[in-house]
Amino acid sequence: MGSVSVNKLHLSFGDVEVLKDLDLNVEQGEFLVLLGSSGCGKSTLLNCIAGLLDITDGQIFIKERNVTWEQPRDRGIGMVFQSYALYPQMTVEGNLAFGLKNAGVPRDEISKRVARAAEILHIGPLLKRKPAQLSGGQRQRVAIGRALVRDVDVFLFDEPLSNLDAKLRAELRVEIKRLHQKLEDTTMIYVTHDQIEAMTLADRIAIMRAGAIQQLGDPHTIYNKPVNKYVAGFVGSPSINFIGGTLEQGSEPVFVAGSTKIGLERYAFSGAGPTQGKATFGIRPEHVFMDKGAEDQPFRAEVEVEVIEPMGADTLVWSRLDGNELRFRVDGQTHVKKGDRRWIGFDPARASIFDGQTEMRL
Amino acid sequence: MTQRRPNQLFRNLNAKIAALPMILTATVVFAGGTAWTVLYSFTDSGLLPKLDFVGLAQYERLWGTPRWLVSIENLFIFGICSLIFSMLIGFILAALLDQKIRFENTFRTIFLYPFALSFIVTGLVWQWLLNPQFGIQAVVRSWGWENFNFNPLYNADIVIYGVLIAALWQGTGLVMCLMLAGLRGIDEDIWKAARVDGIPMWKTYLFIVIPMMRPVFITTIVLIASGIVRVYDLVVAQTSGGPGIASEVPAKYVYDMMFASQNLGQGFAASTMMLLSVVIVIIPWAYLEFGGRKRHG
Amino acid sequence: MANVGAINVTTASVDAAADAMAGPRGARPRRMLSRRNIFLYGALFIAAVYYLLPLYVMVVTSVKGMPEIRLGNIFSPPMEITFEPWVKAWATACTGLNCEGLSRGFWNSVQITVPSVLLSIVIASLNGYALANWRFKGANLFFTILIVGAFIPYQVMIYPIVILLREMGLYGSLTGLVLVHTIFGMPILTLLFRNYFSSVPEELFKAARVDGAGFWGIYFKIMLPMSLPIFVVAMIIQVTGIWNDFLFGVVYARPETYPMTVQLNNIINSTQGVKEYNVNMAATIITGLVPLIVYFASGRLFVRGIAAGAVKG
Repeated sequence: MGSVSVNKLHLSFGDVEVLKDLDLNVEQGEFLVLLGSSGCGKSTLLNCIAGLLDITDGQIFIKERNVTWEQPRDRGIGMVFQSYALYPQMTVEGNLAFGLKNAGVPRDEISKRVARAAEILHIGPLLKRKPAQLSGGQRQRVAIGRALVRDVDVFLFDEPLSNLDAKLRAELRVEIKRLHQKLEDTTMIYVTHDQIEAMTLADRIAIMRAGAIQQLGDPHTIYNKPVNKYVAGFVGSPSINFIGGTLEQGSEPVFVAGSTKIGLERYAFSGAGPTQGKATFGIRPEHVFMDKGAEDQPFRAEVEVEVIEPMGADTLVWSRLDGNELRFRVDGQTHVKKGDRRWIGFDPARASIFDGQTEMRL
Repeated sequence: MTQRRPNQLFRNLNAKIAALPMILTATVVFAGGTAWTVLYSFTDSGLLPKLDFVGLAQYERLWGTPRWLVSIENLFIFGICSLIFSMLIGFILAALLDQKIRFENTFRTIFLYPFALSFIVTGLVWQWLLNPQFGIQAVVRSWGWENFNFNPLYNADIVIYGVLIAALWQGTGLVMCLMLAGLRGIDEDIWKAARVDGIPMWKTYLFIVIPMMRPVFITTIVLIASGIVRVYDLVVAQTSGGPGIASEVPAKYVYDMMFASQNLGQGFAASTMMLLSVVIVIIPWAYLEFGGRKRHG
Repeated sequence: MANVGAINVTTASVDAAADAMAGPRGARPRRMLSRRNIFLYGALFIAAVYYLLPLYVMVVTSVKGMPEIRLGNIFSPPMEITFEPWVKAWATACTGLNCEGLSRGFWNSVQITVPSVLLSIVIASLNGYALANWRFKGANLFFTILIVGAFIPYQVMIYPIVILLREMGLYGSLTGLVLVHTIFGMPILTLLFRNYFSSVPEELFKAARVDGAGFWGIYFKIMLPMSLPIFVVAMIIQVTGIWNDFLFGVVYARPETYPMTVQLNNIINSTQGVKEYNVNMAATIITGLVPLIVYFASGRLFVRGIAAGAVKG
């Protein structure tokens, strides 16, 4: 059993099921990201782990101790919130010390721990200020410090960077990563809807949808081997291309969409092997190549360029493959223009194929 | 390893302890007291309450008592007039104050201060102002209009309007404040759009702004209406129900029956009628306010 | 109109009222002496006279001698200012039962108002806090009954409370009256505090729980220091409301414990003796002085209190 584990967790508000028989096991020292769109239950799950919401059924363990019905303060957790949630009438120092005072920690110990947290987070000069006098980034550092001083086993982050602008977000993201590397033994559970945060921070990502975990795995697996169409579509920006068609079985399996036939002899089918019938073929924009790069790809086709979106480092090209929208990335220096006819190519081994009915990966 | 759900009674125990006064007030005093009064309105309690049921006899007597009928008639006239006039005056004052005028704060302070005063003070001041020997009537006569007649407090036919003047003086400031809040809650772009479209100001108010202020109007009406039913101290101070019984109101009838005439049963029946009248006002409102909200999700 | 003992201005209008005075929205004024301005200021001026006249008459009458009142008109300024009516109103005016003036009623009102205001605010703020942040099963049911109860005419509940107080041995005592004011102030104040505490970001409350603060810790260390303005608003509502109360005073107090409003009414409407209008007006002003001071001192917060529901009752 790991550092935090959740068994058959069930939560409903009246008739509405928010979390459904959810199981989750987080190892000690692991950085787990709960990723999903709003309303998927990720923050709710975090609040249940923190003890801020009473669950309907199931068990929650932290450090092998059953804490299902314990108060938040007895669970050995620290929590960082999206809105920072700093106590406005207290100074930064007061904010950091509040939890320790409640726990009855002796005064000199408090000041020692506050000083250490302030040093780690570079907020030493701000200790005497009130939260209103701080910038957003500084406030979030203080909020992290509030969890840090309490020397807890588990850090819970509830969308901590969502209120910050893009530049600060990137800065603090690295800071959180450093903090995790420094506190090797501390488990961190991090809720976000931002997939870049998820990919960059996580040891493992749990993708949630409608109160259930869709896929739990390391970022690489989630990105390359999504278990279903939803996960494939949710992760990755620009998002994956979906091509609707049928799966046919000859001597080798072939994916057919209109007049396009994609040979799947190199595709690694999972489980029981290929089936027949309706299916969706998914290929990420960065796995589609153009011109020279397309030459040695197993699948090739000629397409017409419809829209180009230059993004600096690279350019996103919109085209169509037999009526299905196909986006792909080319180097920013490449010269393309609307109406061009170009050869593209990709390797079906890097694609994902989903069952038309169950939407599960084949 | 599994843990049972702890007893729900003790979960959140501190909150329940803190809410105990509210729970007691709501159940014992408000719900219990109301039920008690309604129940005893069907008895012939006299000096002391006793459970001696007489069916609707108290109500039959009530509706056969001239004083009660006068009270109801007064409440009706007073209620309709004060609703109309306080809304009208309150809205006009608010609209005037909303014209980017100077000294807005001063005017607002002047219009609202009577609301801080008690009905007793209000009633006594207006008793003095309407005093036929020394008050407004006497002053106007002394200016030369010898036949000027304005003596509401001693004329049984119009005494309730004398009370109304005092009530409007005391309460229109509140209506003005609520209306002003409503006007200020309207997006300024609405005004700009109306100006660009060339709609005259009175039309903008009538057809755009007032419909947008519907919630404020409803709230204000409910506030005024529930206050009207209770009107008591003002009448006691200004007219003591006189001349004769010409300015009696239901709340005063209840008090006199309970504490002066030792006729508790009548008091209970009359107060139950008051409750009924409030229910008639509240239910449509609650339906509009909460029933409507549910429909919009 | 309106002894507005009631409640529940929609949340929207509460918020709107908070910045009600933020800035006018009407059409832009044109030249100073346009016809529009003459009409506008003229109307406002006339209205202001209507509202101010009674106050003026009260003050003027209270400093005139009786002979001057009998001869002159009520609007004319005093020829000779005398404070004797004030002294008499305060110290020796008769109610038919005794001749101690208003002073006793004043001190009774102080003894009623101070503990009532404190007790009702403590209780209602805790109620509101429990309702906003520690919702327990059934809480909303009790709250709904409480709010509905605010619309029930007091007359319906008066007698059962007489019985309750008599059983507790508090009927006629100041303590009993304090209890009654606490009970009837509860709906509006609870609503006020509940709405306010609900507007405090929930994450702040969660953070405090994670930090180990419990029900009382969060109330005293987090919520209370953040909510001083709303406590002032509650105090304004209660001080004016309780000071101005007449009904509860006359029902639940004895002649020795009558609050000022009851005493005032007894002085003026007692049928004995010659009417001394100047003393009456002095007594009236003195009674109205406390809420007037509260009103002029509190300014915008008073408006907020009104918008939160209502004042008297």
